[in-house]
Amino acid sequence: MTAPMTAPIIEGVDIVQRLGEGAGQVEALKGVSLSLKGGEMTLLMGPSGSGKTTLLSVLGCMLTPTQGTVRILGRATTDARPEDLAEIRRQHVGFIFQSYHLFPTLTAVENVLLVLDVRSDRSSGAFAKATEALATVGLSHKTNSFPRELSGGEQQRVAIARAIVGNASAILADEPTGALDSENGHAIMTVMARIAKDLSRTVLVVTHDPRILPFANRIVRIEDGRIVGEERVSPKHQ
Amino acid sequence: MQGHSGGRLMPLVFTLASRNLFHDRVRLIATVIGIVFSIILVTVQIGLFLSFERMVTTMIDHADADLWIVPRGTKCFEDPSLLDERERFRALSIEGVTAATPLVIGFAEWRLPEGGATPVFVVGSNPDKPGLRPWNVIAGGLDQLSTKDAVAVDKSYFERLGVSELGDIAEIRQRKARVAAITEGIRSFTTTPYVFTSFDQARTYIGVATNKATYFLVRIAPGYDAESVRDRIADNIKDDAEVLTTEEFRVRSRAFWLFGTGAGAALFAGALLGIIVGTVIVAQTLYSSTKDHLNEFATLRAIGSSSAYIIKVILWQALLSAVVGFLIAAGIGLIIVYLTANTALPVIMTPGLMVGLLVLTVVMCAVSAISAILEVMRIDPAMVFTR
Ligand SMILES: Nc1ncnc2c1ncn2[C@@H]1O[C@H](COP(=O)(O)OP(=O)(O)OP(=O)(O)O)[C@@H](O)[C@H]1O
Ligand SMILES: [Mg+2]
Repeated sequence: MTAPMTAPIIEGVDIVQRLGEGAGQVEALKGVSLSLKGGEMTLLMGPSGSGKTTLLSVLGCMLTPTQGTVRILGRATTDARPEDLAEIRRQHVGFIFQSYHLFPTLTAVENVLLVLDVRSDRSSGAFAKATEALATVGLSHKTNSFPRELSGGEQQRVAIARAIVGNASAILADEPTGALDSENGHAIMTVMARIAKDLSRTVLVVTHDPRILPFANRIVRIEDGRIVGEERVSPKHQ
Repeated sequence: MQGHSGGRLMPLVFTLASRNLFHDRVRLIATVIGIVFSIILVTVQIGLFLSFERMVTTMIDHADADLWIVPRGTKCFEDPSLLDERERFRALSIEGVTAATPLVIGFAEWRLPEGGATPVFVVGSNPDKPGLRPWNVIAGGLDQLSTKDAVAVDKSYFERLGVSELGDIAEIRQRKARVAAITEGIRSFTTTPYVFTSFDQARTYIGVATNKATYFLVRIAPGYDAESVRDRIADNIKDDAEVLTTEEFRVRSRAFWLFGTGAGAALFAGALLGIIVGTVIVAQTLYSSTKDHLNEFATLRAIGSSSAYIIKVILWQALLSAVVGFLIAAGIGLIIVYLTANTALPVIMTPGLMVGLLVLTVVMCAVSAISAILEVMRIDPAMVFTR
């Protein structure tokens, strides 16, 4: 049982998030606190519409919460300008989006390289890192394919490669195995679990997929914008 | 983009921009057509302007004088006022002046051999140096021009003048005019044909008294400064005459024809219109392209790219359109130059104009990118979650 005493990498305190305007406004998060510590893989589970994606985007500094505080490595982001938030995402966060968001005009390897490119990593090593990340998700043979030439699962794996290539301290994954068969899903989760073993890194996975449970250190349940349960488990897979 | 091992040939922003651009062929074609039309319009207007500018000083350029004594208030070479011959001797008495030769110009009526008449512009000068004799002579000879009744006309005006070969005879002011030399390419932007002849003969054609001339062309001895000689002549001549350096006379002629007449302003207005139309078209297509790729720009923002990075993508798109548009426009422009080379007002293209047009195209496209850039600055990265 690992219960690391390290400071949280990302910490959300009393987050309230209202979305939309006027009559259509929804309180997607109603006072949520969650901290992600190094060396941990946290699963976030809950019904559709419960606020999982919303929480992920608030913790990833993509959405500024209506109320509450987000801290990245101890630093509050309350007064950060959009440009500072972009830098935080660039330096510390690797996202896997629920609907991939690959660039249709870029090949698989270029999609992955883009993350390094926005960080001004244009060394010759960048290309090696990108191909290696694609190899990690089992796509060495598809590096020069465009997204439209890839299956849904392959696209999802490119999105995963893009999230892990930059060695971000926090990987925030929204349903990363939704389009994967059990073999690929297992392989991907093994990669994630390996990342989560690093005490300076943390992984948050939003999922409905019970096959992921054995990889987790912690399972957080959310319903209707509130955290309704949290349990610590010892991962059955490394 | 295949086969990059290790280092990359092109920056990824450039790859992204070019793929975005070439991805939508229809829009690319619309953009390029916009740029091409705009730049061609500008090319033609400025090319005509240069051509016109060059043409209005053709006569001054060919007279190879150092100084011009002109009737006071002369606006351009074609301004036919008269000077008294005494000014010539006043000029000759100044130290440093080696020659002061008379030149007479004026409108006259040319009676065609077959009947009918047309106005011509008579230029009379003796074979002295400096002087203004026809150039590009393709038949007959300059020496023939000093013989009685001899005139030189340009081949391009044969039909207007009702002549077709050496020896053809017409009439100016009831005096014989015999074609003794034929030139090629001495065309007038005023469309009135030039007729060259000797100084004395020109005076009789125009009806000018024997002691009068339009200009005196001054040659200065080596080692003397044109401006100080000009000042000394100016002090010595009467108030109804003035002395100009050749460059001053050119500037004055240009100012009159290009701006005094409004011709230059019209050409510039056309060029400006071209720039505005081009900018609007490019801005419109860049903006709609950006709208289409908004989701991608939001994703870029979500993975933490700076605004500068996103702006770079858009500017590359603009620059690429500019280069493609410019290359096509320059090609068509050169064809226009070639096709108009032998007309009365050829479109002129100079290396400087070419470079200027490239810079203009790039600036135009960069300005066009502003609305697209303002659009991406409003992007909220959170929109990637709502799609
Ligand atoms: N832009 C928006 N405007 C208004 N309401 C929104 C907006 N985005 C999300 N919502 C609402 O907020 C709530 C939480 O949405 P969220 O996307 O976080 O759910 P989720 O748990 O990720 O669901 P799923 O499992 O289906 O992905 C939902 O009720 C949703 O309808
Ligand atoms: Mg969701």
